Amino acid sequence: MTYTPEVPTPIFPKEYSVKTMFTRSAAALAVAAAFALPATSLLAATPKDTLVVTWAIDDIITMDPAESFEISAGEVMGNTYDRLLRYDVNDPSKLVPDIAKSWTVSPDDKTYTFEIKPGLKFASGNPLTAEDVAYSLQRAVILDKTPAFILTQFGFTKENVKDKIRVVDGKSVVLLIDKPYAPTFVLNCLTANVASIVDKKLVQANEKNGDWGYGWLKTNYAGSGPMKLRDWRANEIIALERNDNYWGTQSKLKRVIYRHVKEAATQRLMLEKGDADIARNLTPQDLDALAKNKDIKTTSTPKGTVWYFSLNQKHPILSKPEVREAFKWLVDYDAIGATMIKNIGVVHQNFLPVGLLGASTDKPYKLDVNKAKALLAKAGYPNGFKITIDMRTSQPVQGMTEAFQQTLKRAGIEMEILPGDGKQTLTKYRARQHDIYIGQWGADYWDPHTNADTFARNPSNADDAKSKPLAWRNAWDIPEMTKKADAAALERDATKRKAMYLELQTDHRQNSPFVMIGQMIETAAIRNDVKGFKIGPTSDATYMFKVSK
Amino acid sequence: MAGAVKSVVNFLGVILLTYLGLLAVTFFIGRVMPIDPVLAIVGDRAPEHVVQRVREELGLDKPLYTQFGIYLKKVAQGDFGTSVLTSNPVMTDIKRTFPATIELATLGIIIGAGIGIPLGVWAAVRRGGMVDQIVRVMGLIGYSVPIFWLGLMGLVLFYAKLDWVAGPGRIDVAYEYSVTLESGFLLLDTARQGQWDAFRNVLSHLILPASLLGYFSLAYISRMTRSFMLNELAQEYVIAARAKGLSETRIIWRHALRNAMVPLVTVVALSYAGLLEGSVLTETVFAWPGLGLYITNSLQNADMNAVLGGTIVVGSIFIGLNLLSDLLYKMLDPRTRTR
Repeated sequence: MTYTPEVPTPIFPKEYSVKTMFTRSAAALAVAAAFALPATSLLAATPKDTLVVTWAIDDIITMDPAESFEISAGEVMGNTYDRLLRYDVNDPSKLVPDIAKSWTVSPDDKTYTFEIKPGLKFASGNPLTAEDVAYSLQRAVILDKTPAFILTQFGFTKENVKDKIRVVDGKSVVLLIDKPYAPTFVLNCLTANVASIVDKKLVQANEKNGDWGYGWLKTNYAGSGPMKLRDWRANEIIALERNDNYWGTQSKLKRVIYRHVKEAATQRLMLEKGDADIARNLTPQDLDALAKNKDIKTTSTPKGTVWYFSLNQKHPILSKPEVREAFKWLVDYDAIGATMIKNIGVVHQNFLPVGLLGASTDKPYKLDVNKAKALLAKAGYPNGFKITIDMRTSQPVQGMTEAFQQTLKRAGIEMEILPGDGKQTLTKYRARQHDIYIGQWGADYWDPHTNADTFARNPSNADDAKSKPLAWRNAWDIPEMTKKADAAALERDATKRKAMYLELQTDHRQNSPFVMIGQMIETAAIRNDVKGFKIGPTSDATYMFKVSK
Repeated sequence: MAGAVKSVVNFLGVILLTYLGLLAVTFFIGRVMPIDPVLAIVGDRAPEHVVQRVREELGLDKPLYTQFGIYLKKVAQGDFGTSVLTSNPVMTDIKRTFPATIELATLGIIIGAGIGIPLGVWAAVRRGGMVDQIVRVMGLIGYSVPIFWLGLMGLVLFYAKLDWVAGPGRIDVAYEYSVTLESGFLLLDTARQGQWDAFRNVLSHLILPASLLGYFSLAYISRMTRSFMLNELAQEYVIAARAKGLSETRIIWRHALRNAMVPLVTVVALSYAGLLEGSVLTETVFAWPGLGLYITNSLQNADMNAVLGGTIVVGSIFIGLNLLSDLLYKMLDPRTRTR
């Protein structure tokens, strides 16, 4: 038994040259690569009847219109659910009927009657009648989730809603509200997502333990809109499909797919490659760079959202009127407008965003360090003081805060930035434990009361108040202004109402602890072959069913 | 016999204690975090009474240890709770996101170890040579370059400019609804359904992020392989084998590497575990709906049921892989086998 050495198949032995080893390995890698890198352009990047949108959709937690309040979900609701009426996107002061054929308001402004269009169907095939309308509105009030206040502010409660919202004559729905609010106010509230019409038969079939179908509708669909919800995988994808049972003009696109892509740079790459048709979260720098790209255009719309700094009135220094005013003279509005919010916002110094009835465009403040110093001296702080600000670490909020820090320093105020994540800073703000906070607020419905309600009203400044608007969060005690804001909501005459809001904004500008900075513009970058895409002023008015490729 | 039972009981006891400790720490951190979990559920606009009602429904007004006790009782019954963000049971969410991470991590470790080990051997054998220098530089890059930057650069180069790979996400929109998700492992599902176009598309989506993760494990594995190999090649048995007339190849691959494998197995197993817990940064850049992104998002919203569920999964991975490497140790090194 002799030992026969095997013929060696040398790999990296000393006697072989580097060159051979290199070529062998390169060959192996090439073979692997050839298998692993298949042809990627077999199909067109996105099919012609499908629209792909990259958007950060991780804010969505429910698909039930009675509970939904997040921005991305709002857009989905606007495309998949109908309501009694909508506002005209091109002229938001005009209201157009949706499910309702017509409506009347009683002379005392407390009874609203809506006649429902006959012959309508839900996506499921079930007929859409006044019964479904009454059911949907009652359901929203009874479930009493976050957006229900939009309806319950008119006096509807769990106990009385079945009497106050009911069907008459089998084809009309009547609403009885508690006070003679301005009709445009009430009607605008009924355009909101919470007033969406859901399929009563379908929802009741999926009810469990008297939950009004809440458990089921959270992740399912029961609507009648131009598109239906085909699929929702949280933080991943939303797929909408054309609703063939829709009573109005059919959507040109068969499918709209929202892909969750958190990173703006990734969104931009996909858009440039053609793997996405629309990118929604690009930064001002991205938008500037894309201006040179011939395949891509941009579209912008002013939103009902405003940015502001707010000063906690519980703080002994910040509650002095001269100090409050000094802060307003220490923001470099021009610089912020030209750099930090370029393409995504404009300087705006009032709490009502432009587009709402009565919005003021007055801009009395500009950067004036000397004036601010004089005011501070008058208040007893000629050498400034130390203060903190809670800031969430995202742009453009971060840029605006840093700019503010610089200008404040020139007047001797040392503002320390306390960065945090969005929910973290919000939690602190809601507990009134901040000094200064930088925030933003968007309209819930297209009526001035939505912002007046939070910036200019504070029914009770107590720690355990039943209502905690932004004015409360900053401990601003304003019984007189609250009364004025309430009166403005009840004023029927549009001209008089406008004058009341203008007066409110002037008063607010001069005396409030809010330093208003700017109004948001939402900009999206779209590929040239996409037509008809327009962002709405509110999230539920971005109509995908009007888009074509 | 009693000895064997005792060691098994001991062993199970240790595992149980580990889980308990993991859950307790995570739970208390979650409750003590300055984020209000109710905020994520009801949002910033909710009227005060809605906030209070939801707070009571979640049991957040009870003392901490009561809340923990309730949670443990539910877990013992197999109920891991519902995620407030997705409204699904936590285990359903994890069943959906974990396979995505497993696919990515497995391909990553195959690339990492498959290239890293030979590279490390080469560097050890030709010590001081060209490959050794390359391995050193690669290791340095692996430690210092941020992974998300490299990922974005990879996308810009291989996806945008060269069109060699598909972009972010697991599969192209065109194939999205032609494949039925069975196991959640897209490679398996597309293969089983015979959809070879979709299979190649999935592979094309996988290759870049997997290579990225592979690169970072490669940097570590190759360095470790190199040092273990150097250790082995300096041993006397190697000199003896050479004197006996064995070919160099046989010495390196059948003897030295075999011995170096013993500690190397632990290195690879732990690298794999590290990849399996979900690389959040990679998943963000590549829009990969995996476990890392899921846990991070839940954490930022104080969705504790989801975070705890994810923690149990990650903890199980580490415990499991540690056990596996212990077993492999016993298989590869006869000296560790008990007689």
